Amino acid sequence: MDKTQNNKAWFLVLPVLVVVAFSAILPLMTVVNYAVNDTFGNNEFFWQGLVWFEEMVTSSRLHEALGRQILFSAIILAIEVPLGIYIALNMPKKGFWASVCLVLMALPLLIPFNVVGTIWQIFGRVDIGLLGHYLAELGFDYNYVSDPIDAWITVIVMDVWHWTSLVALLCYAGLQSIPNAYYQAARVDQASRWAVFRYIELPKMAGVLLIAVLLRFMDSFMIYTEPFVVTGGGPGNSTTFLSIDLVKMAIGQFDLGPAAAFSIMYFLVILLVSWVFYTVMTNLDKEEGK
Amino acid sequence: MAQITLKNLAHSYLATPKGEQDYALKEMDHVWQDGGAYALLGSSGCGKTTLLNIISGLLKPSQGRVLFGDRDVTEAETAERNIAQVFQFPVVYDTMTVRDNLAFPLRNRGKDAAYIARRVDQIARMIGMEATLDRKARGLTADAKQKISLGRGMVREDVNAILFDEPLTVIDPHMKWELRTQLKQLHREFGHTMIYVTHDQTEALTFADKVVVMYDGRVVQMGTPEELFETPAHTFVGYFIGSPGMNLLPAEIRGSTAHLQGAAVPLGAAYGPITGRTQIGIRPEYAVLTEGDGLPITIRRVEDVGRHRIVRGEVAGQMVSVIAPEGMPVGASLTHVRFTPDRINVYADDWRVAPAGGAA
Amino acid sequence: MALELQAVSRVVKGQVHIQPTTLTLEKGTMNVLLGPTSSGKTSLMRLMAGLDAPTTGRLKWHGQDVTGVRVQDRKVAMVYQQFINYPAMSVYDNIASPLRLMGKDRAEIDRAVRATAEMLKLTPMLARKPLELSGGQQQRCALARALVKDAGLVLLDEPLANLDYKLREELRAEIPRIFEESGAIFVYATTEPEEALLLGGNTATLWEGRVTQFGPTPTVYRQPADATTARVFSDPPMNFVSCFKEGHRMNFGGTANAPADGAFAALPDGRYTAGFRANHLHLNTHSGTAVEFRCTLGVTEITGSETFLHLTHGSDRWVGLVHGVHDLTAGAEVSVWLDPTHVYIFDAEGRLAAPAGYAMAA
Repeated sequence: MDKTQNNKAWFLVLPVLVVVAFSAILPLMTVVNYAVNDTFGNNEFFWQGLVWFEEMVTSSRLHEALGRQILFSAIILAIEVPLGIYIALNMPKKGFWASVCLVLMALPLLIPFNVVGTIWQIFGRVDIGLLGHYLAELGFDYNYVSDPIDAWITVIVMDVWHWTSLVALLCYAGLQSIPNAYYQAARVDQASRWAVFRYIELPKMAGVLLIAVLLRFMDSFMIYTEPFVVTGGGPGNSTTFLSIDLVKMAIGQFDLGPAAAFSIMYFLVILLVSWVFYTVMTNLDKEEGK
Repeated sequence: MAQITLKNLAHSYLATPKGEQDYALKEMDHVWQDGGAYALLGSSGCGKTTLLNIISGLLKPSQGRVLFGDRDVTEAETAERNIAQVFQFPVVYDTMTVRDNLAFPLRNRGKDAAYIARRVDQIARMIGMEATLDRKARGLTADAKQKISLGRGMVREDVNAILFDEPLTVIDPHMKWELRTQLKQLHREFGHTMIYVTHDQTEALTFADKVVVMYDGRVVQMGTPEELFETPAHTFVGYFIGSPGMNLLPAEIRGSTAHLQGAAVPLGAAYGPITGRTQIGIRPEYAVLTEGDGLPITIRRVEDVGRHRIVRGEVAGQMVSVIAPEGMPVGASLTHVRFTPDRINVYADDWRVAPAGGAA
Repeated sequence: MALELQAVSRVVKGQVHIQPTTLTLEKGTMNVLLGPTSSGKTSLMRLMAGLDAPTTGRLKWHGQDVTGVRVQDRKVAMVYQQFINYPAMSVYDNIASPLRLMGKDRAEIDRAVRATAEMLKLTPMLARKPLELSGGQQQRCALARALVKDAGLVLLDEPLANLDYKLREELRAEIPRIFEESGAIFVYATTEPEEALLLGGNTATLWEGRVTQFGPTPTVYRQPADATTARVFSDPPMNFVSCFKEGHRMNFGGTANAPADGAFAALPDGRYTAGFRANHLHLNTHSGTAVEFRCTLGVTEITGSETFLHLTHGSDRWVGLVHGVHDLTAGAEVSVWLDPTHVYIFDAEGRLAAPAGYAMAA
């Protein structure tokens, strides 16, 4: 249903536009400025054209970070989406325990990113961390500071712990909207548990699932705080994801030009992938309706 | 297919029901014939959905047994009961084609592919959906979807019963006619036991051989549409069946005459002494406006329903409805109303009293 | 004093929702919009309310152009099929809410709320919350909220569709009375012909976004302007049979002949479609002029006092409604009779060519 047109409504949006202009568009323009110039401070700029972009596109350092980034996002999605769905399916539908579950599930989402990082950083330490200590006791040679595999596992487990709730809660909301008659019909039809999931729950969850996947993809692709706090991108460069690399480049080395070019490309990549995701999944939805 | 027996059945949603008022379904004993078409009719909250849920296995009754044929299914799960159900809102598997929707219950029971294909084609022909078999169910109209759920209910040949929970609620009046006849035809062809829950008297009466009228958790009458119309066992049945419902007038019964505030109304039969609050009930269809014969009536309003008119008037201080045929002028000369004597029923404390001499 | 729609239409993304419509709804009238689902009833109401802007045409309220005026600035009230009340407020507060928004003073609000509650028999429930009420009472509460505003235009979109049959019957009888007391322009959308007849007033029949006829309800029912109107305004559906006129003879369905007198006399010779309603078919020769049809009986449905017959005549499918209980065998050949004065004649375009004789006499 469409609403009546009322052009005065635009005035209500104006304050937001102003804020966004100052907080997003102006900084972005600054970044663009840095990306096409070279500077040695004192506000002196030398025109460079697309040199920084060329350098970045061919940089093996960036390629490696991108590779790690894609692998990380893929693993995160592969774990969190099915796990989130699984948890949502098994949560109580109503009553006291439903509320308890909801609160418990929401807890990780309420913790600030850097605190999550700190929690796991301490938790995993072999000397004083509970997890690290007991893993060592059990005979596992676990040390995220020195072993790249352990570092990856830690970062992934931390992200799963932090964000699976989001997927689960979104799916849970989708499941709650399914009328009871559908389950009843399935029982009458003697549908298997899998058939109920495949033909009733999954189609009804598809909409929220799309949002969940999109959100998790964007977030994981931009992840910075948690691995920075826990591993600092190490050992070596093994957990240096795109954003960590970017910060290293910009603030660690003061290579502002390349970093600016890098961040613009980074931004465009996320925009592109999200757009592809969105169109593909909404089209799938339409196809099914035919 | 099976006969359905309800033995001492009662249900309360409370864990420890104290009195009869705590029961959503009061104790009942009924046997529903194999292959019969039954309608559970009543207003919302009368217990008809509770009863349906007990039969489908969604709800375990607080007392009593449910038998399908000789088998006690009181404790059996829905899936074990081998029933089919059609819901108020069409339940279809959106992402499947119409064909897969129809085949679904058979596939789940591991029937072989050739049989399934044959059976699905047969059902599709019956519900008139051959042309849309390979379409996705999503995006179909409500009545098409409801036909699919109906077809899914019919597709198994061995179901014990098919349950309908107000299946025509979301259907347009014109389509209701088509779906109702289709349902009736299917019943005639296959002879499934069918139980149809509704609040709509037209649907109940036109669908069922036997209509079960429920009121306040109790079955007040079970009978053919004709019985419910001619001899309602309870004033509620009189009011609920028929549009408008039966006129009820407080009266004193002496032999074969009813006395209303001084006026005498002849009855079709003689009655013995009656205790309690007595009323006479007369259907608007059996009341005739006259120019002087019968009781005086003050006409308040005339409603034109097209095929007839409903005249609302006052008789002995009570509102009375009279049905006048289309085309008959309702003029000022019509000052009286006459009740057809042998169509008058007598009620004591809301229950029908049979005339003396045994004639029911 | 009226609401005028002047060639109002609405097109959304190339799809015509409402064809250009010209209607005048007079003050103090009940106007029924009758049509099947998605025939444009709700779309037309939204245009009337100002919830949607018309693609073409103008809307006038009491002679003043209100085409671009927002719904908030018009005196409009609306009641929907769903029972829409504020669940956290008592019935009293629900009814009072539109007046409070208008900034009326306390005493005035109290008076208006109590008067409206009395009219809708809600007085004993004023302190309760809507969800503690039955469906019928909830819808009454929504009605009260619409009426208390003293709006000039009250739009009711299938308000009784979600109610039990008997409750519907009761509220349906009350609505004309309520409406008489209020004096606003009422617009009432429904899919059911019987509801339109019981409400009386005027009826506009809708089909695929077009108002096919507008006039006093009994007139539209008995003198439909075309076959579409007749079909929309018949439940059971109207029966059709092909017919032709030749000289002084009318032939129906190839077999039944009747003299072409009365309204048929003026018809030019040619082929037509005859339409008649279910209740005008009979199982006996009820009048001297009735013509006979041999039909195959499908299903019969018994309502207690009447019987619906589902008949096949050639390639036509008919429904007959006859008095009494007739338990006939399915598949049997039966004779049904029809009095030609109950027949409407439609031309090839579906327009009424000759009205039914009985309707002209009535």
